[in-house]
Parts: sequence; structure tokens; C-alpha cells
Amino acid sequence: MANLKPVPMAREFDLAHDSLRDLNFFLHKKAVDAGVAQIHVRNPDGAHSIAVGLDARLDVQIHGHVGYYAAGMNKHASVTVHGNAGPGAAENMMSGRVHVKGFASTAAGASAHGGLLIIDGDASLRCGISLKGADIVVGGSVGSFSAFMAQAGRIVICGDAEDALGDSLYEAVIYVRGRVRSLGADARFEPMSDTDCAAVKSLLAQSGRSFEPAEFKRVASAKSLYHWHADADQEY
Amino acid sequence: MCGIVGLLIKNPALRHQLGELLVPMLVGMTERGPDSAGLAVYTAAVSDRHHKLSLYSGENAVDWPELLGRIAAQFAHAHEIETHGNHAVLTSAADPDELVRWLALNASAVAVLSVGRSIDLYKDVGAPAEIAERYGFKSLHGSHLVGHTRMATESAVTPAHAHPFTAGRDFCLVHNGSLSNPHLVRKKLEPLGIEFETDNDTEAACRFFEWRLREGDDLRTAVQRGFGELDGFFTFLMGTDRELLLVRDAFACKPAVVAETDDYVAIASEFRSLAHLPKISRAALFEPKPEEIYSWRI
Repeated sequence: MANLKPVPMAREFDLAHDSLRDLNFFLHKKAVDAGVAQIHVRNPDGAHSIAVGLDARLDVQIHGHVGYYAAGMNKHASVTVHGNAGPGAAENMMSGRVHVKGFASTAAGASAHGGLLIIDGDASLRCGISLKGADIVVGGSVGSFSAFMAQAGRIVICGDAEDALGDSLYEAVIYVRGRVRSLGADARFEPMSDTDCAAVKSLLAQSGRSFEPAEFKRVASAKSLYHWHADADQEY
Repeated sequence: MCGIVGLLIKNPALRHQLGELLVPMLVGMTERGPDSAGLAVYTAAVSDRHHKLSLYSGENAVDWPELLGRIAAQFAHAHEIETHGNHAVLTSAADPDELVRWLALNASAVAVLSVGRSIDLYKDVGAPAEIAERYGFKSLHGSHLVGHTRMATESAVTPAHAHPFTAGRDFCLVHNGSLSNPHLVRKKLEPLGIEFETDNDTEAACRFFEWRLREGDDLRTAVQRGFGELDGFFTFLMGTDRELLLVRDAFACKPAVVAETDDYVAIASEFRSLAHLPKISRAALFEPKPEEIYSWRI
């Protein structure tokens, strides 16, 4: 007899009837023990904090639009939003994958340490602000002040960027395919190396995109703000 | 934090449902603004010879028929009053400025919330659901509306500090955010004879825009000028008898989302206030961009 593997079970929550607290409690404390690997969430209707703080290899499929902080602090899990996300999607993610199929509001991926955030549509202002190591792929364009003070990680922007891209960047690197309205203080364009092209190719492949890496420009820190200059006029 | 909602009905057949569609929108913004709420509703205009005044008496018991009698004795014009507890809409052929002045002197318990031909205004302290119930928002009809739920940060929680703010005729404004130079704006406007009713930052913006409208700007031009005059954080939603206008400051810290269908345009701080609207799954949804002016006309 063939060695049959147990089929992972799926579970559905309908937020029109089930409480958000019950959903998040199940995801945190019960799903793994119950052998449930895939969770569908119906009628999210813009609720805040859906699937925050996950810490297991779960596959969460959210069918609709979500509010603030969706999949924030995610660790290990894969969360897909079949809709738009409110402010702070995947903020402080540690690992795993968050995929927003629509657009994302402000501060998507803020302070994320690890994992991959994919936004198929546009991301609003401050995408990847204070990024600490995660990767972000934006299929559309990003708003102003994106990657502000980003410390580590990579942001691939397939569309355009608004004002002050990469202001006060540390070691994070931005790859942008379209027009950049303006760079922020201390951010500069740099040539694409083979390593950069390989990184862009890999991130695009992981997000299901097939642009040529050579179409992207690299934006990184000029590092002129790394040290305090007492004589500088302080006009950054 | 505050919540903003707006709704403009494009399909006239739905105008009788305006209030019904509104109530879940307003209640959906309770967490953003639990301390007060308000609403401006634009109805079919009264005749050219008339104006409507929304009146509010707060905790003061006002004998509305008695007040109407005194008004009739003073002004030889036709007057009608529709009352709802401590709220009344007075329709009159008298000069509205004279009426407002007379009310201030002779009916000090009554506050004038709005003046115009189309606007009815309600605002009060309390949870949005209670206020919606108190004033029967569900049964309101009209073409468009501007609503607000308030979490006070800059000034006191009183009905007068609740939004919408009004100035002039048929103009109102609601605000999510905080202005950092309202006193400078006020200092500029007061010497022009513009009077303020509160110390609220939003009132400064409202009176600034209305002043520009009286000076001949259209609303779009007035708002464009406002970018140079008003400093701070804002998502503003404004109403006139003909249009709704939405604008966010350059940093866009205060959220907004718009849903548009063939039947309506709906605006809210968050999608959760739009989720119940008819055919929302087929609506065009977008977030207004910073310093871009969006307007819709009836």
C-alpha cells in the first residue's frame, strides 16, 4: 500500500459572523495543532490587524480588502490579500511572505526585518520606511518618501517613484524601473552590477514578474550623512 | 484621529436612500471618532426667495413654536419650522443675515449651525450611532452629504467644536488632522471682518476657504491657494450645494479612500465604512494622492 501523506486541512473564517479575535486566536494558538495549513478569510471588509503576529508556516488567503496592519509582524506564514491593504501592511515582518494583489496604503512593509512583501498594484507614501532587511517588490508605483531611512533589505519598484525616494538611506538598496520624481537627501543612482541584476532577477521571479533586470536603476546611499560634519550648513 | 465620510448620489432614483446608506458609513468610523459626530446633508434647494437655517439648542429646552411666533412678529415674511427635539430647520423669506443677528440677540439658547438654500446641518457630542439615532439620519434624503466622527485633539469636546464647520451659505468642511498655524490664519481673517465662533483649528480652514469663495475664487482655486496658507496635517472634505471636494496634504498621513460606481461616489477615511455599499465589489476604488484636488458635481 502506498504511503499516504495526510492531506493538510483547510478552515474558513467569515468575518461577517466570526470575530477577528477568534480568527487571530486560531491562527496563533490552534491552527498548527489542528493540522490546518490553509485558512480562508471571507468578508474582511477593511478590518484592522487581520492575521497579525503569525508564527507558523500557515497559508492565509484573505478574500477582500483589509484595513490597518494586515499581516503585521508576520513570521513564517504566507498571507495573500485578494484585495487592497490599508496602512502598515506587513509592518515589522520577520520572515515569510505577504502578497497584496491590489494596492497598498501608506507605510507598507515599514520596519520589516525579513521575508518578502509583494504588492501587485501601487504602494502609497512611505513604502518600506525604516526597512530592516526584508525584500519588497511593488508591481506598480510608490508614493513619496518611500524607503525613508531604510537600513537593510531590497525594494524593487516596477513603476515610478514620487518625491524623496530613499531619503537618508542606510544600507538598503532600491531598484526602480520607471521615472523617479526626486531622490531624497543622500540617495544617489549607481550603476547596476551583475550582483544587482541577479538580485532583481531573483526577486522578480519570486513575485511572478519577468522584466529585464537591465531596465532597473540602482538607488543607494551616498553615505555622506553617515558622519556628523560640524561645518556642514545642516541643510539636507 | 477622526473619521470622514462623504456620499454623492449620481443616480437620482437613489436620493431617497441617502440616509440609509450613510448611517453604516458614519457608524463605521466610530473607533476613529467616538466623542462627537456631525453631518451636512444637501437637499433640493428651497426657492430663490427663501433660505434654510439649521438651529440647535443643545441642552436648552426651546419652545420652537413660541420662537417661530416671535420671529413672525419681527419679520413680515413667510416662515416654516421643522423640529426634531433640540434641532430645527427654519425656512424663511427674511434676509438670513438679519435673522442670524436677531437670533443671536433674542434667542441666545439657539445656535445657528448652517445657512443656505440646500444645506441641513446636524452636530452633537456622543457616539456616532447615538447621534444618528437622535436626529433620524436614516430617513434623510438628498443628493450629497459630508459627515464626520471626531476624536478631539486640538480643542474641547462640545457641539460647537464638532464638525462639519460651516461659513457663508451652503458651504461646509470636515477635517481629519491638525493645523499648526490656525491662529495666523485667524489673525489674517479677523481684520477683514470675519468672525470666529470657536478656537478650533478646523474653523480657521473653513473660514479661509469661504472667504476665498466670496472673493471670487472657485473652490478648486481656493484650495490651491490654501496649500500656501494652511500648515499642518489634513484630509479635508468640503461640500457646496453643487459639489464635494476632497484633498489631502503633501504627507498624506490622514487616510482616505474613494469608491465610485455609476450610481454614487463614496468617500471615507477607511474602506470599512464603504464595505456595505451596494455593488461595492464592482466599484472603482482608489486612494487620493497628496495635494491632488478631487471634486465631484451633482
